[in-house]
Amino acid sequence: MSQFLPALRVFAVLLSLLLLLPQAATADDDDDSGEKETLPFSDLSFPEPERHFSATQKCVQPDGEMRRNHMKYILHQRDETMHEGIRTRQYSLEECVNCHAAKNDEGEYIPVNAPDQFCASCHSYASVNIDCFQCHATKPVRASTLHTQSSTDTNHTTQELSSNISPLLASEGPAQ
Amino acid sequence: MSESSNLADIARRNFLTRAGAVTGAAAIAPGVFLSVTASARPADQAVTAKKRWGILVDTNKCASGCNDCVTACEQENGWGHSEPESNAEQKAHWIRTVDIRNKSTGFAKTLPMMCQHCETAPCVDVCPTGASFRRADGIVLVDKHICIGCRYCMMACPYKARSFVHEDLHDQKPWAPRGKGTVESCTMCVQRVDKGRIPACVETCSAENHNALIFGDLYDENSEISKALKAQDSVEIRGDLGLNTGVRYRGI
Repeated sequence: MSQFLPALRVFAVLLSLLLLLPQAATADDDDDSGEKETLPFSDLSFPEPERHFSATQKCVQPDGEMRRNHMKYILHQRDETMHEGIRTRQYSLEECVNCHAAKNDEGEYIPVNAPDQFCASCHSYASVNIDCFQCHATKPVRASTLHTQSSTDTNHTTQELSSNISPLLASEGPAQ
Repeated sequence: MSESSNLADIARRNFLTRAGAVTGAAAIAPGVFLSVTASARPADQAVTAKKRWGILVDTNKCASGCNDCVTACEQENGWGHSEPESNAEQKAHWIRTVDIRNKSTGFAKTLPMMCQHCETAPCVDVCPTGASFRRADGIVLVDKHICIGCRYCMMACPYKARSFVHEDLHDQKPWAPRGKGTVESCTMCVQRVDKGRIPACVETCSAENHNALIFGDLYDENSEISKALKAQDSVEIRGDLGLNTGVRYRGI
């Protein structure tokens, strides 16, 4: 038994070296890159909504709430409208489209599910496939009946759309 | 036509309809008699069973070849020209005109045929997912979010009122979502009714001065439709099935 002990010691040293090596390597990497790395898709941008809900609030709920839970609001509204005929406008998908559809240079609406538009840009980033627009309209058809501040109040007019594209996701950091 | 001495014809007619006097009473007698004003229900309140929406079709006023109600429905709900690859049997038909003719006398008539919004709807009975449902106010709808496109409801419907979308669609109306792989039918223009308006077919029929369609609350004895049903004979098509339809006909 005793003749194996030196061999075991050598093995233990080798093993600990192996385990420590990757950590050392990463520590080296950290030293090398002094500034923050750019994230994949950090150049992702999407059109600003045409109108804001109020002077202090962009959407019908605070931004963070909408980013996480917009689907719950839409789902809830969906069942109420379909089965109970409740047609309030605040969480209606039609009103989402009314605000979030952007116009092209000719002044025509672009479908919200077009690749670089509001709905599609974020969902492709998050690898989420949505079925809403197989049935639902993708462009505003009738004027909004949701009472919000007009675009002129909040400096977000149609003409300013292209200059107002904000890389919101890049400033938020990686998707959680 | 009831004066016809042809026994076979009488039998056929009885098969199609049942005595109007009986059905007329059945439609009105169990009603909850409330003096509801014509104002629209607030947008945030659910529909209740205190109303039951219905349509009375006076086929005596339906001219042969008139298609106004169909065009109105197409425009309102965005069907009719949306499926270029589908054949006539496959295309959407929320409402269609049907020509009927008495073989012995040659007397012909045209009538609009759509979802009859049955009280005990066979389409609702057979739906495996609950997508086909009857709203509290009597309007029979398809919840396309949970429709799996099995088409059992199309087979169950005695009126051939439902159709299936076979193609990808674009530019649907925001108030009438429709899509490939789901079944659809007349919604009695539920988006209008919820706002206190009348269905597009009824509106156009009146606007064109045909006045063949009356829309209203079957439970409200003061509504135009209830008065019309009380005053004159009307029938349910396939009344023998006892479905208590919301759509009733005169003159057949």
